Amino acid sequence: MNGAGTAEEATSESRTGRRGRRPSAPPDAAADAQAESPAPRKAGRVTGASGTALLWSAGLVVLALSIAVAITIGPARLAVTDVWHVVAARIGGGESGLTAIREGIVWDLRLPRTLLAAVCGAGLGVCGAVLQSLLRNPLADPFVLGVSSGASTGAVTVVVLGFGGGALGLSGGAFLGSLVAFGLVLLLAHSAGGTTDRVLLSGVAAMQLFSALTSFIVFTSADAEQTRGVLFWLLGSLASVGWSEVAVCTAVLLVVLAVCLSRAAALDAFTFGAEAAAALGVPVQRVRLLLLVATSLLTAVLVSSTGAIGFVGLVLPHAARALVGSGHRRLLPTTALVGAVFLVWVDTAARTLIDPQELPVGVVTSLVGVPAFVLILHRTGRGRTERRGAGR
Amino acid sequence: MSLRAEEVSWEAGGRLLVQGVSLSPEQGETIGLLGPNGSGKSSLLRILAGIRPASSGVVTLDGVELAALRRKSVARRVAVVEQHADTSVDLDVLDVIRLGRIPHRGAWSSPRPEDDAAVRAAVAHTRLEPHLHQSWHTLSGGERQRVQIARALAQQPTELLLDEPTNHLDIKHQLELLTLIVNTPVTSIVALHDLNLAAMYCDRLLVLREGRVAAAGAPAEVLTEELVHDVYRVRAAITPEGPDGRPAIRFLRAEGSSGTDTGCTRKAIYR
Repeated sequence: MNGAGTAEEATSESRTGRRGRRPSAPPDAAADAQAESPAPRKAGRVTGASGTALLWSAGLVVLALSIAVAITIGPARLAVTDVWHVVAARIGGGESGLTAIREGIVWDLRLPRTLLAAVCGAGLGVCGAVLQSLLRNPLADPFVLGVSSGASTGAVTVVVLGFGGGALGLSGGAFLGSLVAFGLVLLLAHSAGGTTDRVLLSGVAAMQLFSALTSFIVFTSADAEQTRGVLFWLLGSLASVGWSEVAVCTAVLLVVLAVCLSRAAALDAFTFGAEAAAALGVPVQRVRLLLLVATSLLTAVLVSSTGAIGFVGLVLPHAARALVGSGHRRLLPTTALVGAVFLVWVDTAARTLIDPQELPVGVVTSLVGVPAFVLILHRTGRGRTERRGAGR
Repeated sequence: MSLRAEEVSWEAGGRLLVQGVSLSPEQGETIGLLGPNGSGKSSLLRILAGIRPASSGVVTLDGVELAALRRKSVARRVAVVEQHADTSVDLDVLDVIRLGRIPHRGAWSSPRPEDDAAVRAAVAHTRLEPHLHQSWHTLSGGERQRVQIARALAQQPTELLLDEPTNHLDIKHQLELLTLIVNTPVTSIVALHDLNLAAMYCDRLLVLREGRVAAAGAPAEVLTEELVHDVYRVRAAITPEGPDGRPAIRFLRAEGSSGTDTGCTRKAIYR
């Protein structure tokens, strides 16, 4: 007998009652069993449509508050009401009542930066969640297909070697580089058979190749100043972003999120592998290509404006799964919210922790994220072994 | 007759793994697919499910070629239970069974009453009520197969394709699972290794050898000592002593393994 844990204890009576009639009992034997199992679901997991709606509303409120509060934190002292007045004045017209400098700090510096942190966290989280399901690998993250290393090579080529004659700019070079890397991964994977493993291996190969290229260029051609700038960008930085980045990233995030949500059922179908998905009516090749292109495009856009912010896309999907389970219709928006809130606070920490200096945000994501990740692993791992131990 | 295969072949890596196989099951019957390892059972099932296109020949569903149908329409009619389904995703039994409704749902629509009804019926048929909220990773092999069958039934198929569903199960669970499959009111095509189980539970058998049909028909017609020797290269004594006079197969020791060769065994026993 292999039932386990609480489910087993709660219903052992009904089971033993029916055991004797196996194996020839007709289906109606089920009628005497409880219609719905009384076994409790996983503790702490939000279930049901109303529970999810509540979670999302709460998440949006927390996100809005986080953004408002995060903007007030920093060398220039501001209040949440100041932030509100500036936003109201800029959007609705009229006067904010603040000095031009303080208004500038809110509207030109901290607000776009904080918004981009939210968009970036949401986007990286969603890409990670989709890629983990699509490639059936819990270690997959938005950078697993070489997009970030391609971006860094592109950026370095522009900044250090002066490729493009200044017309391209760092983010333009990064975007081009990531597209080249992703194209190479697709080509490699396709020529190797196009299976999930091949895609992953091609991604890892491309990642190594472009990292090596980046290092090569930096070591052979860059001066100290350039090296420092490149390094900062490699670890991810939200400093010096403007409204145009916010607009582009938000637009791409919304489109890609919609695309991924429209394929949420297909992503669920990949749970037991590509063949099982095909047997459930999913046009596997088409869906896979669509989602790979969509997530890589979003990652490329994000990476080219902020650099490669690691860890968010790897870990936050797991945190979101612990909250709402693995169904993608609920998982993707939850991951987006969790990622947004997370990165808003991490970026706030990055720019204030060693004030007046600034830390690369990627450093803080890992410093904060790893202990959190260990906690999640520990919690879910323990739950699983307990249940397993009782069953086997 | 709804799902039909006509002279289907499938070629991979320059080898013909399935060659000119035809199959037309009657509504509601259980067909056993027999044959040694590598004889093309799994490949044939994949072709029948439309997961792989046939290299030649056609598979039709109600007279329409499978290749001309949308994958989703096929999945509403034909459900597949794989030999060994597993996942690293942490989900519970009900989540797995609900996967079966994917082919019936639109991209944006939430579950409708008929989805819940189909899931409930599948759960009742497989008697999984006590396990609904149990994690997939805590299930035994037999329970996992029952969950996969429930998921397949939630697809409300007219044909159910099963690839060695009794593999790795103990004998009690093998019998239970086949009883469950036979009692399911859909056409089932089951790849099996155990000849006795095939004889006991299947209405008809199709025996494959190197991708070709070696024999087809009722168990009593198909399972003869000659055929077992031809296809499996083993000697067997077959008597009509199974349930309802179905054939019962008793395997004999391979030639050369009796007599002196058993000396060591005997020594081991008597020591």
